[in-house]
Amino acid sequence: MAVLVIADHDGSAVRDTTNKTVTAALAIGGDVDVLVVGSGAKAAADSAAKITGVRKVLLAESAGLGHQLAEDVEETVLALAGGYDAILSPATMDGKNFMPRLAAKLDVAPISDIVEVVSADTFVRPIYAGNALETIQSSDAKKVITVRPTGFAAAADGGSAPVETVSGVEAGKASFVGEELVKSDRPELGAAKIIVSGGRALGSSEEFHAVMEPLADKLGAAIGASRAAVDAGYAPNDYQVGQTGKVVAPALYIAIGISGAIQHLAGMKDSKIIVAINKDPDAPIFQVADYGIVGDYKTIVPELMSALG
Amino acid sequence: MKVLVPVKRVIDYNVKARVKADQTGVDLANVKMSMNPFDEIAVEEAVRLKEGKEHHAAGTAAEIVVVSIGVTQAQETIRTALAMGADRGILIQSDADLEPLAVAKLLKAVVDEEKPDLVLMGKQSIDGDNNAVGQMLAALLDWPQATFASKIEIGGGKATVTREVDGGLQTLSATLPAVVTVDLRLNTPRYASLPNIMKAKKKEIAVKAVADYGVDVAPRLKVVKVTAPATRSAGIKVADAAELVSKLKTAGAL
Repeated sequence: MAVLVIADHDGSAVRDTTNKTVTAALAIGGDVDVLVVGSGAKAAADSAAKITGVRKVLLAESAGLGHQLAEDVEETVLALAGGYDAILSPATMDGKNFMPRLAAKLDVAPISDIVEVVSADTFVRPIYAGNALETIQSSDAKKVITVRPTGFAAAADGGSAPVETVSGVEAGKASFVGEELVKSDRPELGAAKIIVSGGRALGSSEEFHAVMEPLADKLGAAIGASRAAVDAGYAPNDYQVGQTGKVVAPALYIAIGISGAIQHLAGMKDSKIIVAINKDPDAPIFQVADYGIVGDYKTIVPELMSALG
Repeated sequence: MKVLVPVKRVIDYNVKARVKADQTGVDLANVKMSMNPFDEIAVEEAVRLKEGKEHHAAGTAAEIVVVSIGVTQAQETIRTALAMGADRGILIQSDADLEPLAVAKLLKAVVDEEKPDLVLMGKQSIDGDNNAVGQMLAALLDWPQATFASKIEIGGGKATVTREVDGGLQTLSATLPAVVTVDLRLNTPRYASLPNIMKAKKKEIAVKAVADYGVDVAPRLKVVKVTAPATRSAGIKVADAAELVSKLKTAGAL
């Protein structure tokens, strides 16, 4: 039995999500290989080789593969698929983009967003925005699976697997035009240990940034937002935590002026400790919060800043 | 240009799903059902392509065909799309809850018949949360795909699509025909007006059976059980920020 993990990486190193997907792969069992698809991504392959439990790393490079276009990744992986019983990717936006495409080409039912490996053919995944957990057993000979990173611990570094070169395929179906990536010195939402998240109560984009940024910087935290705050234009979409945004599970999640709609809770209820600051004592967020303060964020956040020293 | 928009009838966005006591699934008896919210956004964009709203040239879409696969009542979902401005509908009747692979194969058969230039659809349904059918349909057709669209421009036989990706936005260009799946920020769907709801009643809905398409829809996945997630219990209220910080320090969170 052999399992292939398609790495999530930034060209110079694999992201934490890759280590977590390796943990899921090891739970399925057999030899675990990691595939790095990219352009000038040798350093990322070298970092994947350090993950404990990895048999070997495959590096597929081509000039156009840096953008991880679905058609290109799918064709590159398809050429290697014959040698594997299961193919896994983290359920990032890229993974969600190319994995179902790969599954269809292999005539396999994709298994999306697993949070637990029960056995080599049985998995648990959230449905209905996390309001239910489905345990499913696959009868396909080959499994194509995306892994929700918050469901698994990261496999530690400590290995030294060999890196082999394989061919990268450019399908030539869609072409990259450009990108606008948000530059920030703060940790990424998906990887942050602490997240401070703001809601519609903040009232404006200026207020959102003025309140959230100093607090985030004091705590070394990432900034999140509710869908309501994003819809109102107070925060950019990539801040969005919830069913339709990112699913996070930090050690500490501080919700400020967030009422706690079902769709938001779906994205953060697996956080280790949840703090809620809201002036409405009946806000649903208090039903999931370990610590709640009823009051106006305008007075509580400055007090919190000074209490943190 | 002809646009095909697949739509799904799902539990209403505002209803909290509850797991059945026998762990066989989610209880949908007497629950309000609606069009999947992402599909509504796809229908809205198709109608704007026809009307020439926003940055679209008028008549970019000449015909909008809506297709749904599901129970008889999914006709109501199709009717909603017709009231928003789609031209005609197709219902592929199925009482079974088909898997994404089967749905993608049926949609491919519909595409082979209808020959649209663009398939515009929601990025995921809010029941199964698979986020798979659009990508799988593109693969089966061997078409390019542009998923999670927050902006779509059609021109010169191409779709230029801005996509929501981790860390920001990516723009790509795909030669038509293509499959585009839509994300939340693309548009805000309209409410159908009463005259349009009346007009939609006269629009055609062709009712088909899964067997009409001759594709293999056998399930590949067995649902072992469906359970409710562990619930969090409410914690404590603290009086002020100082007490909060001291509690968090004790808990090792700071």
